[in-house]
Amino acid sequence: MTFNLQDGLPPRPPDGVYLDNNATTRVAPEVVEAMLPYLSGNYGNPSSMHAFGAAAGRAVDRARLQTAALVGAALPAEIVFTAGGSESDNLAIVGTLRAHPGKRHLVTTSVEHPAVLGLCRELQSRQGYEVDYLPVDARGNLDPDDLRRALRPDTAVVSVMAANNETGVVFPIEEIGRIVKEHGAVFHVDAVQAVGKLPLDMSASTVDLLSLSGHKLHACKGVGALYVRRGTKLRPLIAGGHQERGRRAGTENVPGIVALGRACELAAAGREVEQVAVRRLRDRLERAVLAAVPDCRVNGDPDRRLPNTTNISFDYIEGEGILLLLDRAGVAASSGSACTSGSLEPSHVLKAMGVPFIASHGSIRFSLSRYTTEEEIDYTAAALPRIVERLRAITPFGKERKTFGG
Amino acid sequence: MWDYSEKVLDHFMNPRNVGALDDADGVGEVGSMACGDALRLCFKLGPDGRIVDARFQTFGCGSAIASSSMLTEMLKGLTLEQAARISNEDIARELDGLPREKMHCSVMGREALEAAMVDYYRRQGRDVPCGLLSQDVEICHCFQVSRETIVKTIRQYRLREIEDVTHYTKAGGGCTSCHHDIRHLIEEVWQELEAAPAGLVQVEMPAAGDERSRQIREVLENDIARALRTDGGDIELVAIRGRRVHVKLTGACASCPSSGATIKGWVEQQLREHVSPDLEVVEEKS
Repeated sequence: MTFNLQDGLPPRPPDGVYLDNNATTRVAPEVVEAMLPYLSGNYGNPSSMHAFGAAAGRAVDRARLQTAALVGAALPAEIVFTAGGSESDNLAIVGTLRAHPGKRHLVTTSVEHPAVLGLCRELQSRQGYEVDYLPVDARGNLDPDDLRRALRPDTAVVSVMAANNETGVVFPIEEIGRIVKEHGAVFHVDAVQAVGKLPLDMSASTVDLLSLSGHKLHACKGVGALYVRRGTKLRPLIAGGHQERGRRAGTENVPGIVALGRACELAAAGREVEQVAVRRLRDRLERAVLAAVPDCRVNGDPDRRLPNTTNISFDYIEGEGILLLLDRAGVAASSGSACTSGSLEPSHVLKAMGVPFIASHGSIRFSLSRYTTEEEIDYTAAALPRIVERLRAITPFGKERKTFGG
Repeated sequence: MWDYSEKVLDHFMNPRNVGALDDADGVGEVGSMACGDALRLCFKLGPDGRIVDARFQTFGCGSAIASSSMLTEMLKGLTLEQAARISNEDIARELDGLPREKMHCSVMGREALEAAMVDYYRRQGRDVPCGLLSQDVEICHCFQVSRETIVKTIRQYRLREIEDVTHYTKAGGGCTSCHHDIRHLIEEVWQELEAAPAGLVQVEMPAAGDERSRQIREVLENDIARALRTDGGDIELVAIRGRRVHVKLTGACASCPSSGATIKGWVEQQLREHVSPDLEVVEEKS
C-alpha cells in the first residue's frame, strides 16, 4: 500500500507551511534587528551607573512603554518583565496568595493552559488550598452562574484565560471580571494567546493581573510580562535585587525585553491584519476542509474564537498519524491526541467540552499567523483530504459506523 | 517529535497487508477507540499449517500502524507454534526499535496475535494448547515488570486500582506511561474473575466440627486455590471421604492436559505436608 503524498497536490511551498503559531511563532525580522545590538555592543546592565548601563536601561524603559501600550496599561510601571507566560501565571497566582495569607480558595477553569492548571493542582495537593475548576459547555463556553456559585469570601484569586490555546475559544473577560470584583477577589487573566490577536485595554478593565508571553507574538522565547494593576498587592516569587520595582529580582533579560517591546509595537500596528487577513485565511482553510472531508467537525464556539485558530476533529483516526503525514507534506500543525504528548489522555480541553473519544483522538489544531499565505492554506487544504482518506483506509473504525471493543 | 527509525516511518508511510481477510482462520481485536489505539489482526493458514496471509486494521499513532504492519510481515510463513513465540520486543527489534513511550504499540501487536490465535482454536473447537501463549512481555519499562507478574498479582490480591498494582509490583510507579496497559489488565482479569464461579463450592459438606476437614478446606482455599487462580484456574472441594479428598479443577486448569500432575504432584503434596501425610487426592472430572 504505497502512497505518494505529493501526487496531484499543488506545488509544495519551499519553506514548508507553519500552522502551529499557538505553540510558538517565528521571530519577526524587525524583532531580530531590534535585539541584535543588545546581543553585541550594548551589553550593559541596566542597574549600572555608567553609559553602558544607561543604554540598556533606556532600552528596557522603551520596551516597557511599548508593552504597556499594547495592553492599554495606564502606566508603564504596571508592566513586570518575566521569563515567559508560565512565570507570569505563577507570579500572578502565587504572588497574590502570598499577599493574602488568610484566603485559601482559588477559582479557575477546567480548560486552562497547563501553566495554570498544573500550578493549581500543586497548590491543592501540596499546600492545602481549595480550588474550584469551572466547567465549560460543548462549545467551550463558561456559564457566569457557575462562577457566582464558586466565589466565596475567602477566594483570593480567580484565574481565567482570555482565549484558549487549543480551540481559540474566547472568554468574556470583562463580564467575568465584573462578577469577580463584586466578590472582592483578585482577577488574573492568562492572555498569552489573546495578546496581539484581540484588542485589550487595561486602563478600562476589571483585570488586575494579565500574563503575556513573548514567543507567542513573534518575539523570542524566554521573555514575557505580567501586567499588574497599580495598587494590586503582590509578593515576588524571585526575591533578591530591586529590579522590576522589587517584584521580580534578577538582572533584566535586556535582548529579550527589547524583542518583546518591538513585537508588541508590531502587534499593535498589525491588529487589523489579524482580525481581517488572518481570519479570512483561517475561514478559507476551515471551509475547504469541512467541504472536502466527511465526518469532521470544528471544536469550539465558531462565533467566539481567536481569528487565527481552528481545531478540527477527524473521526475514526488518530491525530499523530495525521501530523506525521502532514509533516511529510511539509505542513506543521498540532494535535490534542494522547500519542503526540506521551501521555495517554487526549486533550483535557476537548474532554472538558465533552468531545467524544471518537473525535478527540483525531483532533488537529491549525493556528495561523500574519506570515501565513493563501498559497500555504490552499496547499494544506488540498493535502488534508488525502491524508485523512489514507488513514481511514487503515483504521478498523467507521467502516460500518460502529466500533469494536468499546 | 518522536525519534522514529526509518523502518517505523517506512511501515507507517507504506504499511504492508492492510485490510481484512474474508476467509480468515483467526481474528484478534484488541484496544478500543477510548484507549486511543486499537488493532484488528487476522490470519489465514495454508494446507501445510503455515500462515499464508495476515492482514491488519489499526486505529492509532504512527508506531501503532508500523508495529501492526511489521507483525503481519513477520507472521507470514510461520506455523502457529512459531508465531506464538513472537514477542513484543521482537516486533520492536524488527522495526529497529521504538521510543520507550511507544513500546505499548508493540505490546498491542503481541496481544492481537494472542487474541487471533485463541480465536483460531475456539473456531476449531480445540483448547488453546498449554504453553502456546506463555510468552511474557514487559509492561512497565521503568521497573521492568512483566505482564505475567502484573496479571498474577491482580488475580491473587483481587486488585482493582492501578495504584494498588503499583504498590504490589512497582509497575506504573515511574513515568506512568503503562497505566493504560495496567488498566487493560485489571479489566481483563476482572472480566475473567466475574465470569468464573467464585471460590470453593462445596457439593458434599464434610462433617461439621471435624478438625481435619477444616484444615483441608483452609489449605485448599488459602494456599492452593489462590495459587491456581493466578493462572486463571481454580479448584473445588467436592467431598472428603475418609482419607480421600475429592476435588474438581475448574477454569483454565479444567482443560489443562497437565492437570493430573497438578493434582498428584502438588495439591496432594500440599495437603499431605500441611494436614496429614496419609491423604490422597482424587480428581473428579466434570
